[in-house]
Amino acid sequence: MTSTPLPEHPDFLWRNPEPRSSYDVVIIGAGGHGLATAYYLAKNHGITNVAVLEKGWLAGGNMARNTTIIRSNYLWDESAAIYEHALKLWEQLPEELGYDFLFSQRGVLNLAHTLQDVREGMRRVNANRLNGVDAEWLTPDQVGEVCPIVNLSPRTRYPVLGGTFQPRAGIAKHDHVAWALARRADEMGVDLIQGCEVTGFLKDGDRVVGVETNRGRIHAGRVGLAAAGHSSVLAERAGFRLPIQSHPLQALVSELHEPVHPTVVMSNHVHVYVSQAHKGELVMGAGVDSYNGYGQRGSFHVIEQQMAAAVELFPVFARAHVLRTWGGIVDVTPDASPIIGTTPVENLYVNCGWGTGGFKATPAAGWAFAHTVATGEPHPLNAPFALERFATGALIDEHGAAAVAH
Amino acid sequence: MLLITCPWCGPRDETEYHYGGQAHVPHPETPADLTDEQWAEYVFYRDNPKGPFAERWMHSTGCRRWFNVLRDTVNYEVLAAYRLDEPRPELPQAGGNR
Repeated sequence: MTSTPLPEHPDFLWRNPEPRSSYDVVIIGAGGHGLATAYYLAKNHGITNVAVLEKGWLAGGNMARNTTIIRSNYLWDESAAIYEHALKLWEQLPEELGYDFLFSQRGVLNLAHTLQDVREGMRRVNANRLNGVDAEWLTPDQVGEVCPIVNLSPRTRYPVLGGTFQPRAGIAKHDHVAWALARRADEMGVDLIQGCEVTGFLKDGDRVVGVETNRGRIHAGRVGLAAAGHSSVLAERAGFRLPIQSHPLQALVSELHEPVHPTVVMSNHVHVYVSQAHKGELVMGAGVDSYNGYGQRGSFHVIEQQMAAAVELFPVFARAHVLRTWGGIVDVTPDASPIIGTTPVENLYVNCGWGTGGFKATPAAGWAFAHTVATGEPHPLNAPFALERFATGALIDEHGAAAVAH
Repeated sequence: MLLITCPWCGPRDETEYHYGGQAHVPHPETPADLTDEQWAEYVFYRDNPKGPFAERWMHSTGCRRWFNVLRDTVNYEVLAAYRLDEPRPELPQAGGNR
């Protein structure tokens, strides 16, 4: 686990070009999703006259702040399809991109602590299997076999009653994922432009024809929005609304430890999710702060609750230390499912609303969004995730499988 | 942790309160006449500004009353707290940075 050294990489993986005055496609946001979209625009659709505009630095938003968990054990058919497509892409991307980003399929364990958790978990295992997603129901003893450090005592406040396990799930090195995608997109001709904030949209009637930025006006045939927590702000500048609320979501790491944690453990009920990174830090995620916020930080009592849960579940962590905590801004939708598709503005497309779980979907989000931007029509994978579902009522409620309280 | 001043109980820690989202969202006056799109607006669409935001909070471990807070969503500064029967207070520089 800690024995694999990180791969050496050259000084520069991509050019840093000046923005040109016009592109076929402009993608806003050079996080994982924006980079994956650019990569698949070039690879699957042959569209390489593309700029990815990033107001900060490449992959410095939620791509740098997530807990890197990858899994596809979602409840509904629509979600299973897109997240499982992502997992299959993760399995082939290290070779395809020629970059070992330490994708480690060590499994994800979702613990059940109440009768309701047990019923929901068993239902989800069955739904997963019907959708071809690997899933097992584990008894408490089996949980102990998969992850010996979990506290299985029946005397805890919320004893472990079992859990779902997806063996093909795991973690990856998030920065390296972004760099791998960026390098290949750049090689195929995509301009990755950092320090370039979109301040407004150029429109011809109801059609977008470009963007205003702090580095000048850039004309575009089509524009794709992949701005996560700032999607509402950009949508407002473009003249439409999104059913999104932006919340702070925090995570933290401990100092380095010997390998003690062989898998990924998530608990909805006592609320913590933990893995051990390749270097040895324990990586833990908290719930969202209840209030709307753009400050990339949250309240400390949320961390405190999360640590209480972690120490009860893993008594062995009691003497570990918090090394650092941080927050990102997540774009939460009413049904905890993303919005990927067309917008009321012609030639402007949106990929947002991934909330607390966008990292795992990075390749499929890019795959489906590239198709949508390239053809003007949603891919079958993202058609159910249209903005229109909030008016038709065809919601895709994944609050149970989303696994982060919000 | 935020420090929020309940209009009835005074300043208390954030953990005493529950969040209620955007304030000043009136129920439709003629619900039967709404289209699906208008219902979607009422049920699912809320403002999500970067900056001052009027929002509801409930003093759940205190007086258990709802009230409104004007708070900056970037630096999280609580700008004002006011009762439900009071209008949203004017900021010195409305809608922008102070």
